[in-house]
Amino acid sequence: MSRRKRKDHILTALIGFSALLSVTILVGIIGYVFYRGIRNVSLDFLVTVQSPVRGAMGIAGNIVNTLYIVILTLAAAVPAGVGSAIYLNEYARPGKLVSMIEFTMETLTGIPSVLFGLFGNVFFGEVLGLGYSMLTGAFTLMLMVLPLIARNTQEALRTVPENYRSGALGMGAAKWYMIRTILIPSAMPGILTGIILAVGRIVGESAALLFTAGSGFYLPKPGMGLAKKVFESGGTMTIEMYLQMAKGNYDVAFAIASVLLILVLFMNFLTRSVVARFGAEGRKERK
Amino acid sequence: MTGNHMTGNQKKRYFTEKTAEWMFTACGLIAVFAVASITIYMLMNGIPALFETGLTELLFGTLWQPTAAEPSFGILFVILTSIIGTAAAVLLGAPLGILTAVFIEETASGTLSALVKPAVELLAGIPSVIYGLLGIYLLNPVMYKLELKIFADSPDHQFTGGANLISAVIVLAIMILPTVISVSASAIHAVPASQRAASLALGATPVQTIFKVTLPSAKSGIAAAVVLGTGRAMGEAMAITLVSGSSVNFPLPFHSVRFLTTAIVAEMGYASGLHRQVLFTIGLVLFVFIMFINLTLTKVLKGREEKE
Repeated sequence: MSRRKRKDHILTALIGFSALLSVTILVGIIGYVFYRGIRNVSLDFLVTVQSPVRGAMGIAGNIVNTLYIVILTLAAAVPAGVGSAIYLNEYARPGKLVSMIEFTMETLTGIPSVLFGLFGNVFFGEVLGLGYSMLTGAFTLMLMVLPLIARNTQEALRTVPENYRSGALGMGAAKWYMIRTILIPSAMPGILTGIILAVGRIVGESAALLFTAGSGFYLPKPGMGLAKKVFESGGTMTIEMYLQMAKGNYDVAFAIASVLLILVLFMNFLTRSVVARFGAEGRKERK
Repeated sequence: MTGNHMTGNQKKRYFTEKTAEWMFTACGLIAVFAVASITIYMLMNGIPALFETGLTELLFGTLWQPTAAEPSFGILFVILTSIIGTAAAVLLGAPLGILTAVFIEETASGTLSALVKPAVELLAGIPSVIYGLLGIYLLNPVMYKLELKIFADSPDHQFTGGANLISAVIVLAIMILPTVISVSASAIHAVPASQRAASLALGATPVQTIFKVTLPSAKSGIAAAVVLGTGRAMGEAMAITLVSGSSVNFPLPFHSVRFLTTAIVAEMGYASGLHRQVLFTIGLVLFVFIMFINLTLTKVLKGREEKE
């Protein structure tokens, strides 16, 4: 009996110790980044462009590049992801095709970003001739975040009660009209969650962008330059951070890391509020 | 209701409906085409180098001198580094993650678990370069000190400045924690309360119940967590590129090493010709490993569904 008790105590201690260690490491990471980096984040840092000549350090160009990549990626990935979820949930009949789509979605989730980078470099960059550009980067990331948006949309579609569909169809609505006016609005929280998670993923991505969107820290030229930018290369904040730490500029790297962490925390907060606001209702309906 | 007026023209309605159906089907097929093209392009770009340098020389060669006058492209050490590094990271991270999941689901009080769980989820979203930055800034100096102590009397040792295999393994182990914790926590959560109650009623202690009843019943979910973590560790690039050092060596703890992923990241920027093709071959090897891990995962998950 006492041997068993001792064993119980040891195991309980081990569980507690593991949890403490994990949490300490994980919270320590966030804490340390802010401790080391936040003091170098200033308004100047955010709104000026880095200039080796003037010795100025700022990430305005990289922030704009990040925005370009986020917007272009979402412009491609949201229709594609929502569309494929609607296909899977509303049109497809169970069979070979559906299991193939589901299998390939799973596969896309598991492919490492460095391989997406290689593929994007060859396919969008060389075969389609887009070179190192915002578009090459965005198309590459589109494949990466597609499963994220599709899965969240699909989960939301599943919670839309069946009688919404049969009700609309029974009143004579065409299927497309029903999807547009009933299903998509009802699935909006799920779609939003997918989009926010995708933005977080895009902002943090580096390996898939290094050989597709490339690097660079200049702002696009005003006017037509804004449109031309999509065919030009440029580094996001994450890429710039990597290049700075490779050069040993740790002050700058930690400052960018703090900005990225603030964004990640904000995205996390957004996801939580979307889920808190709509998630409960969805779950209630499912029961 | 206005829909009836707008789509009064039967032909137009039929046309819209068909177009919509085609559009959605096309969206659904994007993933299939994407995976098919990724597979084809990886094969197309990765295979030529195998013929040019010879399969055995490339895969089992140990000399990596891509830019020498007489270049040599042996990637055996790179492959071994990825296998050993990933295995070590999983051996380190998985038990820690699983026990943390047990804490969250079984032993922690409600409020404590409500604090720890979201914190873990938050960490899954931290960009991998940040893990890398902390690795070179905090971990490498510690490793360098250790290295100086351990190898003080061995003149043969090539000093790495702390950028070595152990540093990379530690970073990877930490990076897979959020995945392992959240997937195993949901597996443990899914174990029916009646099983625990039965075990407790039979006189087992809470700890015995955890290890003899709850964990065995959550086995396949936990296996899925470990496989997912393995895939994540195997595929991680940016976090360990700088942390693991910059030369290709046999994967020993204090050696500077290159993983499959970091070899690509480190050299893709300037590689050309055959060197570039070999980097795609490295990508292909990684792709094969990852597909194998994915298939294992599908099998594990399928097994679970059938059991339920």
